[in-house]
Amino acid sequence: MRIFAGLLAGLLFGVGLVVSGMSDPAKVLNFLDVAGSWDPSLAFVMGGASVTTFIGYRLVLRQPAPKLAEVFQLPAATQIDARLLGGAALFGLGWGIGGFCPGPAWTALTLLAPGTMVFLPMMLLGLWIGNRVSQR
Amino acid sequence: MELDTLTAFTPGASLFGGILIGLSAVMVMALFGRISGISGITNAVLNGLSPNANHGGDLGWRVAFILGLIAAPVIYTAATGNPVLQTVPTSLIGMALAGIIVGLGTAIGSGCTSGHGVCGLARLSPRSLAAVLSFMVSAGVTVFVLRHVV
Repeated sequence: MRIFAGLLAGLLFGVGLVVSGMSDPAKVLNFLDVAGSWDPSLAFVMGGASVTTFIGYRLVLRQPAPKLAEVFQLPAATQIDARLLGGAALFGLGWGIGGFCPGPAWTALTLLAPGTMVFLPMMLLGLWIGNRVSQR
Repeated sequence: MELDTLTAFTPGASLFGGILIGLSAVMVMALFGRISGISGITNAVLNGLSPNANHGGDLGWRVAFILGLIAAPVIYTAATGNPVLQTVPTSLIGMALAGIIVGLGTAIGSGCTSGHGVCGLARLSPRSLAAVLSFMVSAGVTVFVLRHVV
């Protein structure tokens, strides 16, 4: 049941990325290119996703517990520090170069573009190294 | 850059796709009680696959979630008959660099577009708002420099 639910949620997320155009690096880079060939579409993705989640979370978090787990586990960190801002800025740099963030990089895999085949393993390597660095 | 081409403005499809992403995030919270940040899920799977990891029973659904992400374009095309259009930058050195920077940045900054953007903003988290502003500005400046300065 947990496996099936996870698969379904991932599929829903991935189809959302495909339908919205978020999984196309050309569209992402044009969204970021405000001074050039600007395509504002992705603002509608972020808007639709965060408003839906805002409403959904409010309904869901009224429940005593999630259906397939013991407790709700929300991030507890509140501090806005150099690590958060620097890490996010670094992510933005990579996103601006390649047009991929982690979700779309996964959904792009089966289309087998050479750029994706290079990006994805390097992203996993970066996550692994970043995780080691952060733990110190 | 070779991708400096126009893309069609698709507010309706983008809004609909965004709602599907939101529904998935709500589903993950309702069922597993977790934020659905893709870098976080990926990172947890990477760590969970190491020999002495303690993943608290969350490894299975997270692996399945990623398999769902990977299968999505195939299922979408099978169901609708529409091909998935995608233009990926062709500079392999650029994409390798981009990949490692994205991985490092999301690990250090504890999240990406989905975790901080979708879930964090929905929770009205000041920390996520700060992260979103940081990566949006950084990405915008990067594209500006690569397309209009260099």
